[in-house]
Amino acid sequence: MKHSIENFLKYRFLLMELVKKGVKLKYRRSYLGIIWTLLEPLLTMIVLTVVFGTLFGNTDKSFPVYILTGRLLYSFFSQATSGALKSIQSNAAMIKKVYVPKYLYPLANVLFNFVIFLLSLIVLIAVSLVLGVYPTWSTLLLIIPLITILLFSFGVGMILATVGVYFRDMEYLWSVALMLVMYSCAIFYYPDVILNSKFAWILKFNPLYRIIECFRATIFGTAINVKGMVYAFGFSVVTIIIGLILFKKKQDNFILHI
Amino acid sequence: MGKEVLRVENVSMRFNLSKEKIDSIKEYVIKFIKGQIKYQEFWALKNINFTLEKGDRIGILGLNGAGKSTLLKVIAGVYKPSEGSVTREGVVAPLLELGAGFDQQYTGAENIYLYGSVLGYSKKFIDEKFDEIVEFSELKEFIDVPIKNYSSGMKARLGFSIVSLISPDILILDEVLAVGDARFRKKSEAKVMSMFDAGTTVLFVSHSLAQVKRLCNKAMILEHGEIKAIGDIDEIAKIYETMIE
Repeated sequence: MKHSIENFLKYRFLLMELVKKGVKLKYRRSYLGIIWTLLEPLLTMIVLTVVFGTLFGNTDKSFPVYILTGRLLYSFFSQATSGALKSIQSNAAMIKKVYVPKYLYPLANVLFNFVIFLLSLIVLIAVSLVLGVYPTWSTLLLIIPLITILLFSFGVGMILATVGVYFRDMEYLWSVALMLVMYSCAIFYYPDVILNSKFAWILKFNPLYRIIECFRATIFGTAINVKGMVYAFGFSVVTIIIGLILFKKKQDNFILHI
Repeated sequence: MGKEVLRVENVSMRFNLSKEKIDSIKEYVIKFIKGQIKYQEFWALKNINFTLEKGDRIGILGLNGAGKSTLLKVIAGVYKPSEGSVTREGVVAPLLELGAGFDQQYTGAENIYLYGSVLGYSKKFIDEKFDEIVEFSELKEFIDVPIKNYSSGMKARLGFSIVSLISPDILILDEVLAVGDARFRKKSEAKVMSMFDAGTTVLFVSHSLAQVKRLCNKAMILEHGEIKAIGDIDEIAKIYETMIE
């Protein structure tokens, strides 16, 4: 344990460099650059609002905020995990040459996506204010779902990074799985329909939905489902423990498979 | 007697050579059910023991497939030995051949910071060395150009400059002293010599006995993963000469 902490401190600059690199390179070759972090969620929000709001006859004025909250959290989760999945493979050249604590690669991947995600929250603030969803004191509680989703993504990312070294198929499987996650998180529909049916468990036991639900509650100033949030947090911690153990057990063999 | 900086104890390295590479789940499941996952053991290194003191320059000689590069990777910490242990004092830096490990989209300057931090140095330390590195590599005009637009000579120069100027405690050279054009090669050999004077420990793999003789004070011969001989350079050079005839 002491050794791991010393090792982490020695390589903290590398972690910072890797996070910086991720953010810098993400939009390097595009004209609008970092502005895309704001534009992209805004444009998807408009598309989803038109499709699921206007065409389905939803007239709620704050519906775009509802969509945007779910969509932002989901896209962070999706990008962080699929990035972590590929992180060992894409740094193979370096791993083959120099000793580096390998967990830094999935970790940096999750962290740089988190930085981009935090920047994109600016859009949420702007859209909320325009549509009349004003912050209250309870909005400050949004730190809880934010930290939870960061932990959850890191845990899932570590598991995927390990599996991804051995099976390239995982990349394709995971993109299908992510689609399933998207449809089962009530991002662009209201959860009541499902919660009142016999399929309620799909949402109830879905940690990502629980996080999104809590995040929405803080934005809209409604009551937080404490039980759901505790469940999601516990689930995330367990995921991280599994991820760390799996990664630690397998990391010395990565080199033979990349 | 100098300070011991590297101790390699009873190191053995085993590889499982699977007859075919399996990297899809379908294949794995089918082969697993059929009980067809077979491995063939291959010992790339067998029971290697040696120590190096500060300032030692050891040449590693041997035919192709003798385990030279595997040994260097074990020392660098890339491979974890199947048995035995490696104890290192200070920073071990491999010289990247032709800039392998650079990020292609990153500029030269950004890669200096990236590679410096990969070796475990702080940003402050790299800040101090930055100008010297750029100066030595003679790439001042191109330092803000992405690496992918560099020629292979330019990448090699940058790689050499980074590693030599941050002066690691243990330097690993794997057949790479043929960096850049004749003039830069001369300059880099002089730089390596001055690192020797400063007390850097060097592990050097080369097929050129003449170069090993010029640079090293010790040598070892590897054969089929075992140390056949280790000792002073003159003594080992004689054995090696008779061996290759």
